[in-house]
Amino acid sequence: MNQQNKPFAITLDVGSSHLNKTGSWRSMRPEYVDRLPPCNKACPSGEDIQGWLSLTEEKKYHQAWQLITRDNPFPAVMGRVCYHSCEGACNRGQLDLPVGINSVERFIGDQGLINNWQFSAGTDTGKKVMIIGSGPAGLAAAYHLRRLGHAVTMFEAAVKPGGMMRYGIPKYRLPREKLNAEIDRVLDMGVDIRLNQRVDDIEQTRREGGFDAVLIAIGAQHSRHLEFAGEPSIPIIDALTVLRDTELEKHNRLVGRVVVYGGGNSAMDVARTAIRMGARDVTVVARQEQQHLTAHRFEIKEAVEEGTRLMTLHSITAINGNELTLEKLKPGDSHPVATGETETFSADVLVLAVGQDVDESVLENSPDLAVENGVIAVDERLQTKSPGIFAAGDAAPSQRNVTSALGQGKKAARAIHAFLNGSLYQPAPQHEVVEFNMLEPWYYADAPRTAQPHLEAVRRKNGFAEVVGDLDSEHATYESRRCMSCGNCFECDNCYGICPDNAIKKLGPGKGFEFKYDYCKGCGMCEAECPCGAIRMVAEEI
Amino acid sequence: MLQQISGSIAVAEAIALCRPEVIPCYPITPQTHIVEHLSELIKSGQLKGCTYENVESEFASLSLCIGSSGAGARTYTATASQGLLFMMEAVYNASGLSLPIVMTLGNRAIGAPINIWNDHSDAMSARDAGWIQLFVESNQQAVDVHIQAFRLAEALSLPVMVNMDGFILTHAVTRIDIPNQQQVDGFLPPLVPRQQLDVRAPITIGAMVGPDAFTEVRYLAHHAQKQALAVIEQQAAEFEQIFGRDSGGLVKYYGNENAEIVFVAMGSVIGSLREMQRQTAEEGIDFGILSLRSFRPFPAQVISLALGKAKSAIVFEKSFAVGMGGVLTSEVHMATEANDLKIHSVIGGLGGRSITIKSLRKLLDAALKNELPNETFMDLDTATVEREIERQQDQASGPVAENILRDVGVVSASKTH
Amino acid sequence: MSDSNSQTVKFYQTGTFTVGNRLLDESLRTVQATTERSNSIDSGHRACQGCGQALGARYALDAAMRATDNNIIAANATGCLEVFTTPYPETAWSIPWLHSVFGNAAAVGSGMAAALKARGDTTTRVIAQGGDGGTTDIGFGCLSGMFDRNDDVLYICYDNGGYMNTGVQRSSATPPAARTATTMPLGDNPGSSFDTGKFLPAIALAHEIPYVATASVHDLHDLERKVEKAMSFHGARYIQINVPCPLGWGSEPAHTIRLARLAVESGLWPLFEGERGEVTDSTKIRYQVPVEDYLKLQKRFAHVFKPENLDQLEAIRALALKNIRRYHLV
Repeated sequence: MNQQNKPFAITLDVGSSHLNKTGSWRSMRPEYVDRLPPCNKACPSGEDIQGWLSLTEEKKYHQAWQLITRDNPFPAVMGRVCYHSCEGACNRGQLDLPVGINSVERFIGDQGLINNWQFSAGTDTGKKVMIIGSGPAGLAAAYHLRRLGHAVTMFEAAVKPGGMMRYGIPKYRLPREKLNAEIDRVLDMGVDIRLNQRVDDIEQTRREGGFDAVLIAIGAQHSRHLEFAGEPSIPIIDALTVLRDTELEKHNRLVGRVVVYGGGNSAMDVARTAIRMGARDVTVVARQEQQHLTAHRFEIKEAVEEGTRLMTLHSITAINGNELTLEKLKPGDSHPVATGETETFSADVLVLAVGQDVDESVLENSPDLAVENGVIAVDERLQTKSPGIFAAGDAAPSQRNVTSALGQGKKAARAIHAFLNGSLYQPAPQHEVVEFNMLEPWYYADAPRTAQPHLEAVRRKNGFAEVVGDLDSEHATYESRRCMSCGNCFECDNCYGICPDNAIKKLGPGKGFEFKYDYCKGCGMCEAECPCGAIRMVAEEI
Repeated sequence: MLQQISGSIAVAEAIALCRPEVIPCYPITPQTHIVEHLSELIKSGQLKGCTYENVESEFASLSLCIGSSGAGARTYTATASQGLLFMMEAVYNASGLSLPIVMTLGNRAIGAPINIWNDHSDAMSARDAGWIQLFVESNQQAVDVHIQAFRLAEALSLPVMVNMDGFILTHAVTRIDIPNQQQVDGFLPPLVPRQQLDVRAPITIGAMVGPDAFTEVRYLAHHAQKQALAVIEQQAAEFEQIFGRDSGGLVKYYGNENAEIVFVAMGSVIGSLREMQRQTAEEGIDFGILSLRSFRPFPAQVISLALGKAKSAIVFEKSFAVGMGGVLTSEVHMATEANDLKIHSVIGGLGGRSITIKSLRKLLDAALKNELPNETFMDLDTATVEREIERQQDQASGPVAENILRDVGVVSASKTH
Repeated sequence: MSDSNSQTVKFYQTGTFTVGNRLLDESLRTVQATTERSNSIDSGHRACQGCGQALGARYALDAAMRATDNNIIAANATGCLEVFTTPYPETAWSIPWLHSVFGNAAAVGSGMAAALKARGDTTTRVIAQGGDGGTTDIGFGCLSGMFDRNDDVLYICYDNGGYMNTGVQRSSATPPAARTATTMPLGDNPGSSFDTGKFLPAIALAHEIPYVATASVHDLHDLERKVEKAMSFHGARYIQINVPCPLGWGSEPAHTIRLARLAVESGLWPLFEGERGEVTDSTKIRYQVPVEDYLKLQKRFAHVFKPENLDQLEAIRALALKNIRRYHLV
């Protein structure tokens, strides 16, 4: 064929349309963005959940573990006891069920233990920090400070480290070999821990030890008590004591008919512990309606499955002998209100699970450390009014759970690090959060959540075996792959594939894409069809 | 090899010798025997390497030709009359895309009223379609011109329509010399397409052209046809050298070059005129015959030259533009503007009406007496027409129709009888 | 989970229905996910913003190119696709391509196939394509003839439900109630009349050709699978792809794929396959939606939401139900 001799105008050579730069039609231009996934935003420890789920999807477990432990040194622990607000925020929950982030974290945490993956400390800075209390906040702070190269000395009043993780969370939720292994791994970074050593004078200890900064992470160990009318003959004990005694395998007082008063997680923990201790009958009495109980739903569910009886909208008004007088309440505008209607209820032991306060005795010799609303007063950087002295965890204003304590430990470590460097801690600004309506969920396969295997309810009563079983590798992969990667490109090629103008360049694995603005007409289909909301349209400037 | 066969069979044999690769077809009288015979040649294995497609319409037929030719295959089809009209959109398209398709048109009238017999109305309907339109006088020419048509189409990358009078030629059994394969292969080389859909060198054929270049595209098509004038002549000459026969070319002049009266016509009527020419020669009456073998491109200069010595031209045509008159007449007018020539238009042979030598002789005699009107409808049944006009006049306003007839010469012509 | 289920786990992956997916085996990713795709229609074409046809054509042809190791030639009917890709002096086609006239794409394709057959070229394959007007109306005769002769052509109809290039007039593929320039929402029977129109895939199937399928631009995996399957057959094959048209439908350009998806998920565009006269399979609706979700994004259906036209809405629901029942879509 004679190429030169083709008919004029009616026959054209390929590639000639490239001369027509259709980008000039555009009034809006697409841009790639990274948005903040709701799980990451909800995580008190600031984990890059989406990031480590993504690595888990590819079975890169060590990298996933490294990414989790960048923020949280206790994935095996938190994979068991975290209240996983991430899952509550997960956009997938609006499609079918949230991604089982907590169970995947546990899987990754266990991988770390199985493979004996270790932390390494940062280069020594010569700075010394003392931490009072080795609960989640203290240990988290110790971990982060060691990574930053600061020397850490911990003072722990109890015989073992762990604080509420050990003395407040029953074994059936947190097997001790996991807890011990993860704590040891932090201590192995070169943390000097002094057990059984209570600090009575912070300033003095600081001075004597030559510490550059102090973190108070003593928790809230002081159980609240209630006074009841009448003359009780049954033992009235507090929840913390029950849980601590159980951990220490002290004499079991939970026999016969056990009544637990309170609607929080401690109440459920005590009830479930009582069942395991052989109590004949366990009743939780709570003032609130069930949906307003502060205990997490799964805790309530599991407690009821195990045989706990729930009496909501009741208050204990009097105790005579072993007879409790219960008054029925009815829902009110803000709090339940009394109805005047009463009934009696027999009990062999009453456990009060009505909250804890900070043990202020440690502050007695530190007049600068004020207590406000029952906790140590701190600024937004967790620093007390006394320079260089910080407070975190339940002792400071917090949500009072192990997850927020870990997060505060991390935040305190960063604030202390900044203090040690003579600067002020400034958290990085957060990206825009991805809402469900920014996603196109059709592209995600129908993938119901993997139910973690649960010990059958009957078997649970007989001991402290872990109730929630492990995910296997296959399920962890499956579960992690349910993540929709909200707000961050996961290289699904949708934009590249669906552009009617072929105006997107694929840069290769890990490199993402770029728009060819010479040809992009600004139709907005890439934004509309980006499954994860990682593209936005912005007005063109003239 | 000489054979006593019908024009259709002869054409089919000639086509087969041209090694066509694709033949889509749809049956329509009077071309059916051509494609029937080709089907037989292919089914029997005598014609190899050719795909025959019996399609659902003429529009599809020529559309298949467009696809096939676009894909680089030597492609042939045949049609007639209504069929040509039905495929007309594709007719224009094939030439617009410069595709070297060869198509036989078994010339036939166009309805309504439906009429299956010969005239040139179909060919004239495609006169602006951009095809090369060749006319043949005889079945031998039909064979020869089809062979030339492929070479011409492929040399110019233009479609060629070979016009042969329906029934008069297609169905006439005569003695024909069918060339052998070696001769045809020697004359007609394998197709080298000017453009072709080829996965190794993709091109876009059939772009949309706007006002910015449409005039240029049309001008270039016109230019290509003008170029074809020389190629047609040259190929006819070459054909004559190889095959020893005069066939094809732009025009053929028969008779005394100094004749004052010259008939101008296309197709099989040339045979009747030549017969009359032999008869009148015995009487000492002299006239010339100019056979137009190429209607498109229209060889205007050649015609002007051929009529250089004539005083009077009788343009005989088998179709006309209703409301205007003879198409060929006006084109000859245009070609001979510089000549000192009186042009008479004769419309005859419409819808298969026999063209007798007797009737032709009347025309000649009138011309010799200088009584031939500008326009004549040969053998018009004047009585019928007048009666019908009269009947219509009773219902419509009177003089208008008659005036029209007078204008076009019917009334005065009838008065000569 | 037992071993027998581990395949299921592998199937459930983030973004299974996206164009690509880094977790998916490369051989299972779409053609459009690869940088080696043909881009049969390339940048610089003049389709409107968000044109479903530009997309559908690239999807289908690129898939056919992969299925044939880049041995495709194409015939194209007159229409948007032809006009926006080939205004002199620029062509957006990277494949050998020929446009003849409006109503003859199938026949031109047949001619190409005949030429290849005559030459003994079994490698090069032919696709003929056009819009719904060029296919279901003016090109229907040629298409039916191509089916009848079982010519070795895959005909692809890009169905946007009307003559969009000429200014949105009704075709026989225009859905009932839709407003077009020739079926305005006026009088007792606003929009295109119910009980009119034709569903060409079923007519194609009735020709008992080797393969017939419907497809949609929202489900690329399904579309590519069907094109590749079509190319595994010889003889006449037909695929009709629903391609939303922002101009003709009165929809947002960004909603093109969404509309294609909603058409399927509402039951108004059934995805099915058939071979030699029998329906062999249908693609199930994943998340069924009410027809209103689909209709309300299009100005051409705005009138069906008026109180006096609620019977039309009901009739459209009935159409969806009929499809769901007839093609077993749920």
